[in-house]
Amino acid sequence: MSKTPVQFRHNGVDVAVFVDGGANLLTAIREGVGDTAPKFGCGQGTCGVCTVLIDGEPHLSCITLAEAVAGRSVETADGLKNGPDLHPLQRAFMEHFAAQCGFCTPGMLMAAKALLDKNPAPSRAEVVEAIGGNICRCTGYEPIINAVLAAASAGPGRQRA
Amino acid sequence: MLEFRKEYFADERDENLNEIGKPTQRQDMVGHVTGTTTYFDDHKLAGLLHLKVLRSPHHHARIRGIDTGAAERAPGVRRVIRGADVPRNLNTLLSLLNFGKDDEPTLAVDKVRYKGEPVVAVVAHSEREAFEALAQIRVDYEPLPAVFDVEEALKAGAPVVNETYPKNSFEYHGRYDHQKLRFGDVERAFAEADHGLEERYQMSPIEHAPTETNGCVAAPETNGRYVVYTCAQGLFFSLDTCAKILDVPSNKLHFVGGTVGGGFGGKVDSLTEPLAILGAMLTGRPVRYVLGREEEMQFGSPRGAERIYVKDAVMRDGRITARKVTSYFDSGAYTRLSSYAVIKCAAHIPGPYTIPNVHADVYCVYTNRVPATAMRGFGVTAVDFAIECQMDKLAHLVGIDPMEFRILNAYRDGDMKAHRREAKNTALIECVQVAAEKAKWPIREEFRRMSSRAGGGGARAAVPHTPGTPAGGARPPAPQRTTYDRPPQPAQAPIFEPQKPSPSPPSPRQPTPAPATTQHGAARFSSVFGTRRR
Repeated sequence: MSKTPVQFRHNGVDVAVFVDGGANLLTAIREGVGDTAPKFGCGQGTCGVCTVLIDGEPHLSCITLAEAVAGRSVETADGLKNGPDLHPLQRAFMEHFAAQCGFCTPGMLMAAKALLDKNPAPSRAEVVEAIGGNICRCTGYEPIINAVLAAASAGPGRQRA
Repeated sequence: MLEFRKEYFADERDENLNEIGKPTQRQDMVGHVTGTTTYFDDHKLAGLLHLKVLRSPHHHARIRGIDTGAAERAPGVRRVIRGADVPRNLNTLLSLLNFGKDDEPTLAVDKVRYKGEPVVAVVAHSEREAFEALAQIRVDYEPLPAVFDVEEALKAGAPVVNETYPKNSFEYHGRYDHQKLRFGDVERAFAEADHGLEERYQMSPIEHAPTETNGCVAAPETNGRYVVYTCAQGLFFSLDTCAKILDVPSNKLHFVGGTVGGGFGGKVDSLTEPLAILGAMLTGRPVRYVLGREEEMQFGSPRGAERIYVKDAVMRDGRITARKVTSYFDSGAYTRLSSYAVIKCAAHIPGPYTIPNVHADVYCVYTNRVPATAMRGFGVTAVDFAIECQMDKLAHLVGIDPMEFRILNAYRDGDMKAHRREAKNTALIECVQVAAEKAKWPIREEFRRMSSRAGGGGARAAVPHTPGTPAGGARPPAPQRTTYDRPPQPAQAPIFEPQKPSPSPPSPRQPTPAPATTQHGAARFSSVFGTRRR
């Protein structure tokens, strides 16, 4: 099968991968770049475990054509921390027990980051709306919502960070 | 944060807990929040091949022929696998502990028994090439009549789903078609009861829907072994199952797992491991077999549906005097773990209540549905739902508050359970009291003061005459009492007398001597041995 080169910015670093025609961004990130933080859950854009940010906007990488991100900036949960320092969202997820099996967590974190980057003091309803496309089957929505609120720089649950 | 109600059974517990009640960070949490936790599909293996499976479009059909010629010649295909390629193409999961007969093929050969049953596997360079090859396989099916209803399946003349069990029911002890529970004389109790209530409860199959679908990657190791990265919930259970199906010693398999992207019971069946390892054996390359979401939802085993009939006898004062249950567990086309679920169901009847006459028949039934498997308390959750619905209806029938009705009928320490075991360390009354308090649900003072430790035993400890069972010898020797058990309480209250104020709870016993400094193993693991409290 003929391959197409795609170049984009991945967590702040320029990368180039070869993809099959019709390949999705999730495959390009996991197999091409080697970043396995985004997960495969459904392949049809319904579960949210593959959520990444493209130019700051949350997208479902399993239904995004890899070639569509040429020249754009892609962020995944693997790029959240700053050196050894965890992002406030990561710390809040840890402190609030907002992960159980962990499979939805990378997608949840990116959906939450997209929200907080735009709206540093979201209401609970806005948090619920922001993670509305991300399914958690261990059913930890309440701790996840509390974690996002706590991480918000001016959120009502703010304690640290 | 969890709340600990230490006032309950305070005299039965040492205050030497080092971890319980204190928050502890999970050791896998940093991996989860940084996206670096390694699930089975996160291993990168050079030369990885992909395995996909052709599934039956019929609920029940004879296979007259399979033509894989075009698929074998299709681009990218490395190997086509058929039933004849599987070394031991018949297995049942619990055969590892000698329970049940081998009844399920890895790849169907003569017949398909449910829609979605695997028939042929293709190993190819890419998933796409595997799918394209599957589309070129021709299977000649002769559709057969199918049965989807548990009671229909047990009728004479019903289609035989699984020839291993021609009566469409699992065989217990080589001869019984169901699990039986007999305690006392329910028919007499029904004749003498003030009210009777019979209801039918029908549960649906439930899909676990883990965010990570079932799958694994198997690869040859350099030492003649095969490494398997898998989401299996029972890693060694799966290892031994694969060793049996592939007819290799278990030390030829190296399973790596324990990191599961949501399981809930749906990842104990070894749905993918045997074929992935076989693919690796036949191609000499790493083979990845992951279910797609549609496969997971449609053909990954669900919680089995149950149909439960409950008939109860109740007196005007609220005493339940008899409970008769007939239950059918829909195992689907193969046994997997349903035979065990049925045993759990029978062991759970009549629920956490002391009822002097109990009668239950529980069937494990084969139908042309997707085989069922484990899911969170399977075998117990459904019958609990039925029993608790029934409790509400009974309370309404006799005009008693449903919380008080449960306290009234709750088992207490020293009572004889329908399984002829003494009830020990019971706490339903306390649970209902706390639930009522939390829900701000008013219950009368006398019910607030009742205790699991008082009022049990005595006449309630007797095994009643049970028609059809040998007299006298019905009661097994009492299980050995240990120092960790509660001492037997004298029968303080008449059996069921809600109108009279119940005796006040016994005053706490004299403080016991200070607990030994070293923790006895039997105390540490007391929950395992059923001696939970001292």
